[in-house]
Amino acid sequence: MPSAKAADPKSEVLVETRGAVGLVRLNRPEVLNALSYSVMEKVVEALEAFDRDDAIRCIVLAGSAKAFAAGADIKELEGAKIHDMVYNQQMPRWDRIRRVQKPIVAAVSGFALGGGCELAMACDLIVASETAVFGQPEINIGVMPGAGGTQRLTRAVGKAVAMDMVLTGRRMAAQEALQRGLVARVVPVEAFLDEAMAVAQAIAAKPPIAVLMAKDGVSRALDTSLETALSYERKLFYLLFGTEDQKEGMAAFREKRKPSFKGK
Amino acid sequence: MTETAAAQDLLQSTKDGVLSLTLNRPQVLNALTHPMLETLMASLKKAEKDAAVRVVVLSAAGRAFCAGADLGDLKKGYEAGNAPSLGTELRGWFNPLIAQIRSMEKPVVCAVNGIAAGAGASLALACDIKICGEKAKFMLAFVQVGLAPDSGISHSIVRTMGLSKALEHAWTARGIHADQALACGLVNQVVPAEELEKATHRQVEALLKAPPRAVALTKRLLNRAQSTTFEEQMEYEAQIQEVLGKTKDHLEGVTAFLEGRPPAFKGE
Repeated sequence: MPSAKAADPKSEVLVETRGAVGLVRLNRPEVLNALSYSVMEKVVEALEAFDRDDAIRCIVLAGSAKAFAAGADIKELEGAKIHDMVYNQQMPRWDRIRRVQKPIVAAVSGFALGGGCELAMACDLIVASETAVFGQPEINIGVMPGAGGTQRLTRAVGKAVAMDMVLTGRRMAAQEALQRGLVARVVPVEAFLDEAMAVAQAIAAKPPIAVLMAKDGVSRALDTSLETALSYERKLFYLLFGTEDQKEGMAAFREKRKPSFKGK
Repeated sequence: MTETAAAQDLLQSTKDGVLSLTLNRPQVLNALTHPMLETLMASLKKAEKDAAVRVVVLSAAGRAFCAGADLGDLKKGYEAGNAPSLGTELRGWFNPLIAQIRSMEKPVVCAVNGIAAGAGASLALACDIKICGEKAKFMLAFVQVGLAPDSGISHSIVRTMGLSKALEHAWTARGIHADQALACGLVNQVVPAEELEKATHRQVEALLKAPPRAVALTKRLLNRAQSTTFEEQMEYEAQIQEVLGKTKDHLEGVTAFLEGRPPAFKGE
């Protein structure tokens, strides 16, 4: 296992590696990790760098125990005009998260509001602390979600609940988020980062190409017709029979031993 | 009401790790005003984060514990013939207070000296440990003014007394006496009136000796048991134990046991 690379504790986004897991942490505690343009750029750059790094198999994106991210940086937005929003090219940055091939686990504790909720939902799965609170309160300040909130929340919890949250700004606590399928796991606040890391380590130990294909397949379910998606899935499935890991995995299963995957 | 008056109505002091809160309007059986509720809430919120506080004790002055909400706050509305929005009243004042007591991880011990009626009963029963003087009595007085139980008490009485007894007391407002409350597990202990303070103190001393993280997470764990299945609860136990297993106090507890000495817990 490569030695852990420490992060500069003063930086507003902390990046480190733990084994085959890349950890990206928001680090602006004084503003509850508000997502300024510069923070978002650093987050996206870090995700892309891990995506390119062959030693990394899975990525964790975390905030602090108190806040994953409490929203956008309102200071940057308050004075903006339509013209600024259209031409400053800040929002399209979010699309780059969707193009990351490796799985991203969000480790969410405390506030995940507005852009924070959208950032968590942009990840592949959410591991939440029992203190996590999700919400899209943009309506309270004269706007609406603009980085995927109306789309991803609706896909996660259904139209009625998404409408309730987006139109009234009501928040959703961790247990309800678990029941509604917005998050995958809920654990005590003391353990949320460890649990997210454990999930990521477990993913990192799986055959890497199969992991990428499987993520691609599940992601496809959300924006393609069933007919097309099933066909797409089948092709991904066929493709894996060209990997050494498929042979190794099935042989190990037959021989009742642990497989040793190579990512080939 | 002035701030000083509110401070008079709810006495506070912190000593040796204990925050003592005393309802102090004995002339009106400690009926709860908005300023009292506000001060109570603020004190509990502060205590939650204050390292100098490890246990909270709630008690009351005079012969009663608490007669419930002070209708004075709503009186104007009633006099004008306007029914107040009690839903808003509960969501804004009582529910957050009760939720705070249930969710804060430091133990809240209640010394119930006399009658606890309406929301006063709800307040007492929301606390973690209830020590009663022999004259303590819980009354679900709501029905007497055409209302139903509120501030969490409908949840706790059904779970302790069972549905039939809970309905009986809620429909008749017949008082639940200290001994009866003890028998059905609604409260922890009943003592002669003059020993209430001492018995409460003994309970607090025991809590102060316990490892604080374990005390806190035990409350979280047992709170959760009210709404989980057996399998979910066992999984949650495993998660909580995973956290506590990594604390210094756990190591200290095991080491002290092996060395045959009393443990010295530090809350780490």
